[in-house]
Amino acid sequence: MTAGLDQEIGRLYRTESGRILATLIRLLGDFDVAEEALQDAFGVALEQWAREGVPANPRTWLVSTGRNRAIDRMRRDARFVSRVEEIDAGALTADAGADAFENESGIEDDRLRLIFTCCHPAIAPESQVALTLRTICGLTTEEIARSFLVPVSTMAQRLVRATGKIRAARIPYRIPPSSELPERIDAALAVVYLVFTEGYAATSGDALIRRELCGEAIRLGRLLVELMPSVSETSGLLALMLLHDARRDARITPEGELVLLEDQDRTRWNRSQIDEGTRLVEASLRSTRVGPYAIQAAIAALHAKAVSATDTDWRQIAALYALLLERAPSPVVELNHAVAVAMVDGPERGLLLLDALGARGVLRDYHLLAAARANLLRRLGKTDAAIRAYEEALGLATLEPERRFLERRITELRLHDSDRAPARS
Amino acid sequence: MQYLLLIYHNEQESATRSQSDTVDMRGEYRTFTDSIAKSGHYKGGNALQPANTATTVRVRGGKRQATDGPFAETREQLGGYYLVDANDLDEALGIAERIPGARWGSIEVRPVLQIPS
Repeated sequence: MTAGLDQEIGRLYRTESGRILATLIRLLGDFDVAEEALQDAFGVALEQWAREGVPANPRTWLVSTGRNRAIDRMRRDARFVSRVEEIDAGALTADAGADAFENESGIEDDRLRLIFTCCHPAIAPESQVALTLRTICGLTTEEIARSFLVPVSTMAQRLVRATGKIRAARIPYRIPPSSELPERIDAALAVVYLVFTEGYAATSGDALIRRELCGEAIRLGRLLVELMPSVSETSGLLALMLLHDARRDARITPEGELVLLEDQDRTRWNRSQIDEGTRLVEASLRSTRVGPYAIQAAIAALHAKAVSATDTDWRQIAALYALLLERAPSPVVELNHAVAVAMVDGPERGLLLLDALGARGVLRDYHLLAAARANLLRRLGKTDAAIRAYEEALGLATLEPERRFLERRITELRLHDSDRAPARS
Repeated sequence: MQYLLLIYHNEQESATRSQSDTVDMRGEYRTFTDSIAKSGHYKGGNALQPANTATTVRVRGGKRQATDGPFAETREQLGGYYLVDANDLDEALGIAERIPGARWGSIEVRPVLQIPS
C-alpha cells in the first residue's frame, strides 16, 4: 500500500461517497444495507487497488462492487430473500442504472430523489436535517451530533428511527409528481437552508466541517435550481447562500474574532460568487410571486453591491424588510427591519420600533435584540443606557466571538465615559 | 404493501350532525369505497360502533380481566378503518387524504408488518 493510493481513496471517499450512497440506495432499496455496501466497497478497494491499480472509472467500480457485496450479504440473510429476488428481477434495470451512473445527470437524479426522501413530511423535521447531512452530505453521526450540540447517542437514535421508518412505511425514493412538488420543494428548501445556516451562523466547533456544510448546501441548492428552474424560490435560496458565503473570509479574523458587516474588508469578499448571486436574484425578482428567500437574497445583494458601509442603500433595504414582514412575518425580521429603519430615519425611530418589539416579550432571550438597542443608544450618545443594554446582551449571548465583541464594546464605552468624567465633575 | 388507515373523529361533535348531513356523509363514503375498490387498492374496511360500546380484555396471571370502555381515552376516537394495498407511503397518504372523515377528523396511516413465512 502506497501513501499515494491511501490519499486517493481518502479523497474519493470525501468527494464521492455521498453520490455513491445515493445510487446504492436506489439499487438496493434500503438505507442501512446501502451504507454497509458503501463501507464494503471502499474496504475491497483498499486491498484490490493496491494489487491491480485504480480502475479507469473508480465511481462505477465502487457502485458495482458495493451492490454485489450487498446482494451476497442479503442472500445469506433470510429476512432479505424476497428483496434479493426483487433486485435480481430488476437486474436489467439495474444495469440500465449503472449506465445512467456513467453520466452526471443520472447521479444527480439519484441525489435529488434522496433529498426528497430525506425531506419527506412523514419524517420529523429535526430528523430531516440530520438525515440529509448523513446520507447526502456524508457527514458522520459524530459530526452531526457535534454541530447540533446533542449527545452522539441521541443523534444515532434519531437517524436509526428515521431510516427505520423509511423502510417500514416504505417512504418512496423518487422525485415527487408535479401535483405535490410545490409543497415538497418548500420542505427541501427549508432543509437545505438549515444545512447552510448550521455551517454559517455559528463560529464554534470544527471550522472545516462548517465550511463543508456551506459548500454542500450550495451544491444542493444548485441541484434544486436545475430541477425546478421555473420556481423562483430555488434561485432565491441559491442566491441567498452564495451572497452570504461570499463574505465568509471577511467576517472572521484569523484569531476567530467576529467582524461586523460595516467593518469588513470588502476587497476580501468573493466577487464571482457575488456576481452569480446577484444575477440569480435579479432573475427571481422578475417572478410574479416573489418569495422570502428571494427577498432576503435581494437584501444581501444590496449589501454586496455597496463599496462601503456608508454607501449602502438602506432605504431600499428597509423597504425590502417591510415586504418580507408582509410575506413571512417573524420577530427576527421585525428586528432587522427596525435596524434598517434606524439607518434611514435615524436611531430614535429605530429605537421606537425596537422598544415596541421588546414590549411584546417574544425576543426576551434573544441577545441580538439587546445588542441592536445598545448600538442605537450608543449612536445617540446615551452611554449609560447603552452599557446596560450591552451587558444584557452579554448575559444572553453564548458564542464566544460574539461575547468577546460585546465585551469590547462595553470596555470602549466605559473608557469613553471616564475620558469625560473629569469634565463632568 | 398493505396499510391500515385508521379513521379518528370526535364522537361528541359527530353526534350533533344533522340527519341530512349523515345521509350525505354515508353517500360520500360509499362513493369513496367504490372508487378504491375499482382501482384495486381496497382490501377491507368497516365503520365501528361508538367507543362507549367497547370492552377491553387483558389476561394477567392467567386470569381474564374485562373492563368497560376503549383501551385509551382520547380526544378523538377510532370510528372505522380501511385496509388498502399501495405501492408506497405516498400512494397510501394519497388514499388517506380522500377519506371523507379526513376533512373533520384524522387518519392514521400504519404500514402492516410483513412477517416472513
